[in-house]
Order: sequence, then structure tokens, then C-alpha cells
Amino acid sequence: MSENFFYHALKIDHKICYGCTLCMRNCPTEAIRVRNGKATIYENKCVDCGECYKVCPSGAVYVAQDDFKSIYNFKYRVVLMPSVFLGQFPEDIKASQVYSVITELGFTHVMEVEASAMIHSKLTNQYIIDNENKKPLISTFCPAIVRLIQVKFPALVDNLIPMKAPVDFTATYLRKKLIDEGIDEKDIGIFYITPCAAKIAATKSPVGEDKSTVDGVLNMDTMYNMVYKQIKQHKDYDKTISANDVSSDCVIFSLTNGEKRLANCRKSFAIDEIHNVIEFLEKVENDEIEDLDFLELRACDESCAGGILTCGNRFLINDRMMQRARKWADRERNGETSRKKEILKEEKYLVENSHVGKILPRSMMKLDENTSIAFQKLTKIREIESKLPQTDCNVCGAPSCHALAEDIACDRANMSDCVFMQRNLEMRNSLKIEESVEIMKKIWGEDKLLDFILKK
Amino acid sequence: MHTEFVVVEGDFSNAGKASSEIKKTLKQLNIDNQKIKKIVVAVYEAEVNAIAHAYGGTIYVDLDHEKISVVIKDVGPGIPDVDMAMQKGFSTASPKVREMGFGAGMGLPNIKNNVDELDIKTQVGVGTEIRMVVNFLS
Repeated sequence: MSENFFYHALKIDHKICYGCTLCMRNCPTEAIRVRNGKATIYENKCVDCGECYKVCPSGAVYVAQDDFKSIYNFKYRVVLMPSVFLGQFPEDIKASQVYSVITELGFTHVMEVEASAMIHSKLTNQYIIDNENKKPLISTFCPAIVRLIQVKFPALVDNLIPMKAPVDFTATYLRKKLIDEGIDEKDIGIFYITPCAAKIAATKSPVGEDKSTVDGVLNMDTMYNMVYKQIKQHKDYDKTISANDVSSDCVIFSLTNGEKRLANCRKSFAIDEIHNVIEFLEKVENDEIEDLDFLELRACDESCAGGILTCGNRFLINDRMMQRARKWADRERNGETSRKKEILKEEKYLVENSHVGKILPRSMMKLDENTSIAFQKLTKIREIESKLPQTDCNVCGAPSCHALAEDIACDRANMSDCVFMQRNLEMRNSLKIEESVEIMKKIWGEDKLLDFILKK
Repeated sequence: MHTEFVVVEGDFSNAGKASSEIKKTLKQLNIDNQKIKKIVVAVYEAEVNAIAHAYGGTIYVDLDHEKISVVIKDVGPGIPDVDMAMQKGFSTASPKVREMGFGAGMGLPNIKNNVDELDIKTQVGVGTEIRMVVNFLS
């Protein structure tokens, strides 16, 4: 895989997008521009956080997913279901019902992702102890955060814990288990139900890894609709699968504080929502916070309960998951169920396969590899910026005057893209009005301007 | 390239503004991360010093592709004994400042550890001018 290739699951349907600029204005990494009347993404700046998806008023931002039929490319079809999936359903639908129905959709095996969270957090704690010199250590659970740090906080890349996510642990476990049962490896297809776009991107081009542990990704909203329809249509099942893969403290692993509460250290923080994370990382990068041990950072508000592909209100989802965790805790106390799950038998194997390769920075901040050239560009940006109106009006198709100045200095835009500049140039007779209109058409598309000029 | 920042007496809430801006710029220049960290820590310490001890001042930043020079010039009490101030743990900070988590006596020693050149001009009752330089190439 090329080092410069990064798969993004977030796409913009140019047939639907009408260039409203909302996504561009809300993108935390300034990765979006309007060209030809449509939002376009700078691939190297995008971290797959999904903010654009959340704010898009027309549904033009979508998340690409694997075709559901692709599960039938495999004889044994495993579905990995994160606990947050169960939190989507109303209280009267039991977890065991969802487990049972999902197998009826065509899967041969089902397992909850957080089954491995216990091993994951144990390893994290060991890593924190062994890497005193790299503090603060940052969790790599949220793939959007890993990418954010790579592009925006390259100095903190070494603080990331180079460990696979629970989904990889669970996938690795199941694959081994089935192979041990005598099943041919190529007959096994493992599919993951994702609550967000970043997990898809992480699966298609994993950071620090060559190959993904899962064979396909299914979007949570699609799966929710399929399962819910099935439940509504018939109430009886041939078999009921008990939903006890996960211990009580791991059911809420993907919620805010899920990792922090299991982390064995003195000073740790759990921060959710990408702008909050950026604000905090600025401080971490400046060494302003002393004796920091561990950071659990999640791109979405309310962590995975707020994933862009979840169905329903994130606070309700959070509450249902908390209720389930309490219920399990009661049962564990009463001895009705054991905290020791089958997956722990393979702990040694999972630990051996837990590490990822080196996570490299890929700064989007640097203007050039060469400091001299970067300095020339920086001087140019300052000069251009001083001439721009500082209105951040977005009419040039960039999110701010500063972003336009950067685009101009890097030959991705022109000074005359600024509407204030156009007026200036027209006044000095160095630009014709017709030329200004052509420039605007390039940014905003033919139709937005044609109508006004021809229709009288 | 020249930039200036104003430091206001007692305004701890804005400590870190200048160092954050400098950090952003240096990231754009593709300066080594460790080097950026050193500069940011040094400038932050100097900012806090000026806020805590002086009656306000100005930070002058001069930058080219080979080095950054930062001058923090304040109007204030000055430093009576620079050698003493350079010792770890020595502090004249008021209890109020210490309560806010500052004033541990690590300021000047920490700056010295993080920069290539450090020059302190000070006059009791007039003010202090700290000049620090970090070379990108060395």
C-alpha cells in the first residue's frame, strides 16, 4: 500500500450537494473547499471524524459501505457487534433477541466486540507501566483521534499506544477459534458493524498495519433497520442465543470514561467531541499539564453512542448501555453469570498479536519538507493574509481568509478568488467583470450565476 | 519575519498565547518536533515570568528559516541577583501566585535548558529584557 494512500469512507454525493458551505465551516481540520458549486475534500487533511456528515442539511455526505451480499462470499459468516449496537434498540427488545435475529439475517456466528475489552485494558495498563518515559500515553481506541494526532499533532504520535482495537482482538480470537475447529481459513468471513466512518477508514487502511483483521464493514444504521424489521415482523425464533459475551465493566467500554475507569493510573482524562479534544491536545503539546498518565480521547460527543451511524439519541443510547451494565453487574454479584469468559483462554495468543507497527506522523501543517521553502511560503501567506478582508465570508470557496491565503501560497487558489480583490482589480481595470463572473462560476458552478445574469 | 505580543500584568488566563502562536508557525515550517517543544516551553515560562513579576511587557519574535529569536521585554522590578534566579527552586513569587500553580522557581533554569542562547539584561526598578535564540539546524 502506498504511504500516501488513505482510504476515506466519507464521500460527498455531488448530485445532491448544493454548496451550502456548512460542512466546510464545521470541518475541524479545514479539509473542505467548495469547487464548481460542490463541497470537495482534501484527502490528506480529512481525519474521518464525520462532523461534515452531522451538519449536512441535504444528506449529500454519505458513508460508503460493503455490499451486504458480500457476506455470502464466505461459507462461515461472522458478525462482530459492538455493544453500542444493542443500545440502539428500545428497552423492550432484549439483547438475546438481537443476537438471535442477527444470525437469522445470514450469519453463522455472532460475537460482541467488547468481549476482548478486558484483555485490551489489561494490556493498556501494562503498557502504561512499561512506558513511563512516553507519558502521557494516548489511547488508540478511536481511529479518528489517531488520524487527528497524525495530521495535526505530529509531536504526540509517539505518545499513542501502538495497540490494536478491541474489534481486532475479537476478530483475531474468532478466526483462531474457527480454524482450531477445523474450518479452512479462506472460508471465514468476519464482518464488523460500525458506528462511525473512522472505523471503516481504519479497517480499509489500518494505521501501522498492512492488513485488516476483518473482511468487511457494515454500517450500523443499515443493520439496525434490517434487525428491527425482522423483530417487528415475527416474534418467535427457532433458537435463542444468550448475550453474555461481555462482562459488566466492558459493556460500556466504548462510552466516555469506558477506558479511563479501567485504567490503573493516577492522573487520566476522558475527553469526548473532537473540538474538545483539539483544545486539550494543544495544552498537552505545550507541556502545560503536569504528571499526566493516560488520555482516553474520542472524536464523537458521548463517544461511540454519538457515532454518526448510530440510530437515535446519543444520551438515550448511553443510558440503555449503562442500564445493561448495571444489570450484568448484579448478575455477576449474585453468581448467575461469570466474569470469566471463554475468550480469556486465548489471552496469550491475543497478547502476542496485539501490537501494531510504528504509527508515523503525516503532518498537514507543514508547508514544505524543506524549511527554507516552507519559510518562503509562510512569508507569502502572511503577506497575502494582510491584504485579505478577514471577513471569513467563504465566497472564495475556502473556510477562512487564512485558509485561502494558504491555498494561494501553495498554488491551489488565486488572489482573484476573493470577491473583495475582484472589486479592487476591476476598479484598477486589471480584471473585467466577465472574468470575475468566470472565477465565481469555477467556485460556485455555472447555474448559481447563470440564472442571475441571463434572467431579467 | 517579525511578530509582537503584548503581555498584561497578572493576566495568567492568557499565559500561553504567544507560545501557542509560535508553535503553530513552527509546525508549518516543518521544524523538528522536539525542537518546537523546547521553544514552546521556554517561551511559555518567560511569558508566565513577565505576567507574574512585571507590570506588563512585550514579546518580540523574529523568525527566519535558520533560527528563531524571542525577546521578552518588561517594565518591572528587575532581577536583583540573576545568578540566584538561575538556581532551581529559587522563587520570589507571592503566595497568591503560588496558589495558582506558578512560582515554583523553575522558570529561568527551565528556559536556559531549552534554548541555544540566553541573554538577560536587567535593571532593578526598571525592567528586564530576556533574549533567547534557538537554531533550527544544530
